[in-house]
Amino acid sequence: MKNSLKEKFLSPSKQTYQESFGKIISSFCILIIIALVVSILGFVTTKGIDTFTQSKINVFDFLFGNVWSPSSTGANGKPEVGAAPMIVTSFTVTLISAAIATPFAIACAIFMTFIANNRGSRLLRSTIELLVGIPSVIYGYIGLTLVVPLVRSIYGGTGFGILAGAIVLFVMILPTVTSLTVDSIKSVPDYYIKASYGLGATRWQTIYKVVLKISLPGILTAVIFGMTRAFGEALAVQMVIGNSITMPTNLTTPASTLTSQLTTGIGNTIMGTLQNNALWSLALVLLFMSLFFNILIKIIGKRGAAKYES
Amino acid sequence: MNPKSVNRIATTVINSLVGVVVALLVLLISYILVTGLPHMSLDFLLSPSQSYQAGGGIRDQLFNSIYLVILTLIISFPIALGAGIYLAEYAPKNWIVDVIRTLIEVLSSLPSVVVGLFAYLVFVIKFQVGFSIISGAVALTIFNLPLLTRNIEDSIKSVPDFQMQGALALGLSKWTTIIKIIFPSAIPGIITGIILSSGRIFGEAAALIYTSGQSAPVLNYANWNPFSPDSFLNPMRPAETLAVHIWKVNSEGITPDANAISSGASAVLILVIILFNFFAHWIGKKLYKKFTVGEVK
Repeated sequence: MKNSLKEKFLSPSKQTYQESFGKIISSFCILIIIALVVSILGFVTTKGIDTFTQSKINVFDFLFGNVWSPSSTGANGKPEVGAAPMIVTSFTVTLISAAIATPFAIACAIFMTFIANNRGSRLLRSTIELLVGIPSVIYGYIGLTLVVPLVRSIYGGTGFGILAGAIVLFVMILPTVTSLTVDSIKSVPDYYIKASYGLGATRWQTIYKVVLKISLPGILTAVIFGMTRAFGEALAVQMVIGNSITMPTNLTTPASTLTSQLTTGIGNTIMGTLQNNALWSLALVLLFMSLFFNILIKIIGKRGAAKYES
Repeated sequence: MNPKSVNRIATTVINSLVGVVVALLVLLISYILVTGLPHMSLDFLLSPSQSYQAGGGIRDQLFNSIYLVILTLIISFPIALGAGIYLAEYAPKNWIVDVIRTLIEVLSSLPSVVVGLFAYLVFVIKFQVGFSIISGAVALTIFNLPLLTRNIEDSIKSVPDFQMQGALALGLSKWTTIIKIIFPSAIPGIITGIILSSGRIFGEAAALIYTSGQSAPVLNYANWNPFSPDSFLNPMRPAETLAVHIWKVNSEGITPDANAISSGASAVLILVIILFNFFAHWIGKKLYKKFTVGEVK
């Protein structure tokens, strides 16, 4: 009797077992996610560098070369896999759409937090939330039936091109940028605003000199988030950009982004060939850019936090 | 110019920018609905698609989309739940957990094409599963996991701390407390998150083109055996979803009435997503009332 009591007290209780069970299960789930991320990074990287290790393509030729035609050999006796036209197009589309979206997003955010009454801001907010949910193919379809003909009628040509892509992307990233900007403007402490009004500043002076200055890191983060989305967006862009792999010379001739080339190309090439590996290298560039944007957001977040803590 | 008139001008500029945005939104939604609704007949919803002639419907694509959402949730929910519980309750505050959080953020910001290509490489090619619903569901799981995990973590964290303290004081283990007490109170938030993420999955196309494929084989809706190749429940068959269908008829299709099909299908897609949105908010409020004293935050 005495022994069994001692054993009972010295051995782990039922609760301890439950506890370790729960810990193991939940850690296992998080391990699955980590394994997924690591294997995505690993697989895409190994596939992507095949172009450079197996086919001995120079990385600089790949990044800065102007001619993309993996099935034919160029002047230096190697296949031509210059990805510069697509990289340039991707960046141009992203930057233009972010440049158009930012003022609109900031205006909407200011309107929601300072100008509109409760109902107006709630209405605008729920519409914008709804827009976040609209699938990208629908944006692409609207771009195809509305934006492309519009560009065609104004600038001539086919209408397909960077301009059409940037307009579609602008509408796509607007909700993301707006809702993140609202969050950052709302996080400005109320006493700054009250102090500014108390000093006799007008509403615009308060917004411009106090609110926007304090929320600048947050707004930058919002814009970069939008750019991440624009850079990685595939189908909507692919439908309106025209998909011709040439160095873009103006905004209204067909071009091709990294993502659009990936979506159209992967199905038409054979696994393991250079044509296919070159596409994986494009995917690797996309991956790197996505990581780069992430790091940028982290840095801005840290510096922004440090600036206003002291 | 004195500050007052600058203030007036700035307000006008802001208001007109907002006006442009609102006009854009109204134009967008009404364009889809006005051009799409006339094509949205029962016949359109219930007849199979056609590749070469006009008059095709979207029956199989619509079913595939719904089936894919269900399969994806079945795979991703348990993992996201476990991960969310870990991050909310068990994760210590150290650099390893910081790295884990960063990895999840990276996953959520990866372009969906890259996620789709990864699933294509691993499942379709390496494991030789082929273009199939299950490959698509895995791709969408990867795409959905970070967002759902984040949502579950936030919902669990928003449960007041005294619930946990009370349960621990009664001698329950932490795990039992989480499952029996914390999780039920977090359900409203979690359900809202699930419905919103279903909307996202429903409209996703880029990750599916090379995983669940671009063909919709003829389905037999009377065959309930999931292992038979023409059964509608078979997860190993290729399945073109609604979103992929819209993309395909517009960019590669040779269907003569591509415009009619895509406007009809877009309207269906939008309506489903609007419905999901409303449903998510409604059920969130309803469940919150049921589980608490009834005050809505």
